[in-house]
Amino acid sequence: MRREGSPFTGVGTVALKEAADHMTSARMHLIMLLVLLTAIGAVYGAIDRIRETTAQDPYLFLKLFTVARDPLPSFAAFLGFLLPLVAIALGFDAVNGEFNRRTMSRLLAQPIYRDAVLFGKFLGGLLVIAIALVTLWLMMVGLGILFLGLPPSGADILRGVVWLAVTVAYAGVWLALAITFSTLVRSPATSALAALAVWLIFTVFWSMIAPLVAGLIAPIDPFDPMSVVNRFEWQQLIARLSPQTLYGEVTGLLLDPAARSVGPVFAYQLRGAVIGAPLPTMQSLLIVWPQIVGLIAAMLLLFTLAYVVFQRQEVRA
Amino acid sequence: MSAVVLEARGLAKRYGSQVAVAGIDLIVHEGEVIGLLGPNGAGKTTTILMLLGLTEASEGTVTILGKDPLRQPLAVKREVGYLPDAVGFYDNMTGRENLAYTARLAGLSREQAKERIAVALERVRLTEAADRPVGTYSRGMRQRLGIAELLMRDCKVAILDEPTSGLDPQSTQELLELILELSRGGMTILLSSHMLDVVQSICTRIALFNKGRIGFFGTVEELAERLGRGSYVIDVEVEGIDLPSVLSGANGVTSVVASENGTWQVEAVNDVRAELACLIVQAGGNLKNMNLRRARLDEAYNRYFREYANAA
Repeated sequence: MRREGSPFTGVGTVALKEAADHMTSARMHLIMLLVLLTAIGAVYGAIDRIRETTAQDPYLFLKLFTVARDPLPSFAAFLGFLLPLVAIALGFDAVNGEFNRRTMSRLLAQPIYRDAVLFGKFLGGLLVIAIALVTLWLMMVGLGILFLGLPPSGADILRGVVWLAVTVAYAGVWLALAITFSTLVRSPATSALAALAVWLIFTVFWSMIAPLVAGLIAPIDPFDPMSVVNRFEWQQLIARLSPQTLYGEVTGLLLDPAARSVGPVFAYQLRGAVIGAPLPTMQSLLIVWPQIVGLIAAMLLLFTLAYVVFQRQEVRA
Repeated sequence: MSAVVLEARGLAKRYGSQVAVAGIDLIVHEGEVIGLLGPNGAGKTTTILMLLGLTEASEGTVTILGKDPLRQPLAVKREVGYLPDAVGFYDNMTGRENLAYTARLAGLSREQAKERIAVALERVRLTEAADRPVGTYSRGMRQRLGIAELLMRDCKVAILDEPTSGLDPQSTQELLELILELSRGGMTILLSSHMLDVVQSICTRIALFNKGRIGFFGTVEELAERLGRGSYVIDVEVEGIDLPSVLSGANGVTSVVASENGTWQVEAVNDVRAELACLIVQAGGNLKNMNLRRARLDEAYNRYFREYANAA
């Protein structure tokens, strides 16, 4: 049986309304204040460090994002850690909130499909995150130019923009996760806690779990050197189940033209290589292309799960 | 008879082994006000959701304004307004903003929406409160805002689920007047309610839901007749005689029941006051008062569920 009419009727309206809601909500203001303060702190630290090492540093502009000065982590590391929190804050009550406010049945009685509600909510959240990220990025670039007096090169800008796009996708994964929990769980508090638990596992505990599990699957045989490589590959495989790891690898390669690989490199592979020579932007991008695809796939998978559950949900609470 | 607006055939809904609605047939004509009655859990809300296409029916078909709500949901929802039980609005937005949002979802242009919202708010007397957040609204105001939404969208059919639940008598009255106004404007209305006097005062026909089926569909008078009683009820206040024995065999009288302090409730198929008075006086009774009224829905409702619900 085919339905008539476009499933996208009303997506724009829902998305803009959600975005406007987020923009004016106290929740968003608080969390953006947190991000802004940490970002300023990170840039300030980075600029300080870069000033000391200007002479021997070839990629000054990109260093803005990755250089850290103790005790502050770098801007990129900050985003990897805090962005999931922003996304969860925007998405954890997307669907169950409508049910609790008793607006869901009225909303679905409007001439739109259910698809539009979920899709609009996701797009609205992503739009707000994208706006915030672009603003932050421009602020960083501006501060860098102002304090270092160095205009970025075209390649720098390109790398920065691609990295920005991947960052939005990374936030999208967490937004989709939060929306999925908001569809599965009826209470917003529970869905927020569930999403935060996943975040905590992936950001804090996953780096401990991965070597542990890898050790169990592929124990090191002291007489077989290949077993060390084998174990490391298992560990990397498990670590890459976390969007955190994928994003970290993308950041590492895109923002550092000198980086060559995300995995183990053997001595014979380095034969003839000029250590420290920058890779062309496209080559860097090619190395982390699987990671980028992985992030987007995770986002689509989670969103599909939310979509299927939501389509089958009864309207009456 | 005017055109058929809504037709449901063999509509059923099962949740696993539990049957919520067990085969319903319903035909509603243009301009009617239909009251959906029945105990909680009788399947009223489920039926409403199936009519709107918000829940997929396990069996049966629905046609609203010649369209199938499952195949052409957008076209159906454009013409049919729904005011859910305890309707919710976005509390941090004003009444006007809430309506503007649904207007955009309904595809109205900005100017069109602005104009219609102003008119609708005026008609439900919410113009003064329109720019306050809905969080500050009382329950009656929220229901009125819900009605304003239907007005603004200019629906042909409106389905109201328990519109008067939890309202004080005055708000109920105001809401009823609004609903009647909608009806006079040509809107076909289905409403479910537990307040029987409300239903009787505004509905042309009623559907009695019982355990997932429609036990009866027709006017209140038809219901009273169907139950084997007359649709005319006469309260008789009399002294000195035993009324049931005097009236036994009287033409048209279907029952005589004693109610409080010396009055009797006589039910008849037509207006038998003249004969009644004659008989009482002939028997030497002291007739003090006689009062004719139409069958009351609450009496019919209670009797229906006493007689049929247990048997079903």
